[in-house]
Amino acid sequence: MSTQNGALVSVKGLKKYYPVTGGVFRKQIGTVKAIDGIDLEVFRGETLGLVGESGCGKSTFGRVILRLENPTEGSVFFNGTNIFEIPKKELRQFRRRMQVIFQDPYSSLNPRQTVGRIIGEGLVIHNIGTKAERENRVREIMEIVGLRPEHINRYPHEFSGGQRQRICIARALILNPEFLICDEPVSALDVSIQAQVINLLLDLQEKYELTYLFISHDLSVVKHMCDRVAVMYLGKLVEVANKNELFSNPLHPYTQMLLEAVPRMEPSSSIKRRKLKGDLPSPLNPPSGCAFHPRCPDVLPFCREEIPELKEIRSGHFVRCILYTNEHKKSEGQVR
Amino acid sequence: MESNEQIILKVNNLHTYFFTERGVAKAVNGVSFYVRGGETLAIVGESGCGKSVTALSIMKLVPSPPGKIVDGEIIFDDVDIVKLSEKEMRQIRGNRIGMVFQEPMTALNPVFKIGDQIAEVLLHHRKASKQDVQNKVIELLRKVGIPSPESRINDYPHQMSGGMRQRVIIAMALACNPKLILADEPTTALDVTIQAQILELMKELQENTGTAFILITHDLGVVAEMAERVIVMYAGRIVEASAVKDLFHNPLHPYTVGLMESVPSWSDTSGKKRLKAIPGIVPSLLALPSGCVFHDRCSKVFDRCKLEEPPLLEHDNSRLVRCWLYK
Repeated sequence: MSTQNGALVSVKGLKKYYPVTGGVFRKQIGTVKAIDGIDLEVFRGETLGLVGESGCGKSTFGRVILRLENPTEGSVFFNGTNIFEIPKKELRQFRRRMQVIFQDPYSSLNPRQTVGRIIGEGLVIHNIGTKAERENRVREIMEIVGLRPEHINRYPHEFSGGQRQRICIARALILNPEFLICDEPVSALDVSIQAQVINLLLDLQEKYELTYLFISHDLSVVKHMCDRVAVMYLGKLVEVANKNELFSNPLHPYTQMLLEAVPRMEPSSSIKRRKLKGDLPSPLNPPSGCAFHPRCPDVLPFCREEIPELKEIRSGHFVRCILYTNEHKKSEGQVR
Repeated sequence: MESNEQIILKVNNLHTYFFTERGVAKAVNGVSFYVRGGETLAIVGESGCGKSVTALSIMKLVPSPPGKIVDGEIIFDDVDIVKLSEKEMRQIRGNRIGMVFQEPMTALNPVFKIGDQIAEVLLHHRKASKQDVQNKVIELLRKVGIPSPESRINDYPHQMSGGMRQRVIIAMALACNPKLILADEPTTALDVTIQAQILELMKELQENTGTAFILITHDLGVVAEMAERVIVMYAGRIVEASAVKDLFHNPLHPYTVGLMESVPSWSDTSGKKRLKAIPGIVPSLLALPSGCVFHDRCSKVFDRCKLEEPPLLEHDNSRLVRCWLYK
């Protein structure tokens, strides 16, 4: 909502397929469509939440828009430049502007390097400042993310999970990026620590006008952090909307199911829950038509055959479901 | 929810320590509670609070060395489990007390068919013909909602999804109609929609079989949905114990209050507010603070807290809280 400042990142028709090989000769026996045609914009200064269950492709999406992997098809524009057309030489310069924080603060830090070296590596790579200047900068950023600068020579194992995540955040921020991808940044942390890291991310965003893509499966955290939310299912976006709109008026049956499934902190509240059914289908062998149809409570014969388009139902609220298209003339009011 | 069911498990003053090179970690330090037949008791806390070690102690599965139950008793069916031999214990595990662990990937043996793995439990504890066992396995799988169980018994664990595997584990836990099932983070590794299904299944099974559950979790939402009574643990101690309703309406211990406030509220729509985080981190069990173990993170700390550790005090007749504020 807060953001008519234009798109910082604009994803167009993005696809990422992985070949699956098998047999003695490693012949290709199938394709996993991890990302299957995503169009999405991340506006300057906002936090866009990307939610979905395991295997839906949300982390792959994060990796592709960082150009950590090349897409099968499609393009990603960062500030108007297609990142896949940036020549290798200029790529490094460009990478300063987008950074990432991963889920597991244990495996994403090199155990043999000191914290100072981990955080300052970006400065070294980009040849910024003298050694003394770099160290000052590292101390400064450690202070900002809530680490004690005198711990600059310690190793990752001497820190707790929450502190390690702060190290990851410091490393991501040291080059003053504009765009930060947070891939499940608090999932591995205990609740009391989780809150500290969430607060830090909110503070930093305010201070440095950062744009976040916040990838998570935890809907209450997404609800707290984000301005807009995109829901992903098996490589496709099924719903995109402003946060309040999405949480108060979810349209896609999958979004509704996800929201209903969250355990609430209200004992004996007995939320009306429709019977949930089914597992996530294998991305190797996705169902025909709408990928959600085998689990959908509102399934129609049409759904088994055709994949509906992602359509804007009202301003800024996109949904990929046949229930909301003209053919079925179901108005928003009648549903739910 | 006061139930008239009799108490089936009583843990008294349990102390489980780990003797490590760097010192003695008092993972469970004087924990007492009871479980009534057919109820669900939740144990909630953050990593390292001793909730899992409590469960392992009840099963006598604490890795030893370095772990050891150094004091206390665990009365199950009028017998003190702590004193039982390994051989006697084997007659209880999986038979009268079932277990469901967090990780459905590692709790199943990857090289055996799931049907055989469930059958193993039955064959160990019951004398039955092969045909009977097979029928029973199929019936169990049907009970936990696995479609076409006749063919699924020949599946290997890798052929099933995480949710299905957790159902298999629950079927194994249920196989001998145990009085009590220990579920240690049974849904933590699962996606939300699958989690909801598994929790629903556990509720259903409890209604049908009258099995009591000890549900160990870090997720307060799961506690609210599943349990009647709850114990909050911190650094090896119980800091609060009460009925779930009371706990959520009026948490007493500053730690419980802090835990609840650090979870983003579902009903709050204002957005982007800062959460009230608990400052600091969970202390190392090898270097606990003096006095109340929570005092260095507590917002309501006063002098006495730093010197003396509070006992578990009774509050409002039915609740227990370990905090000087309620003295």
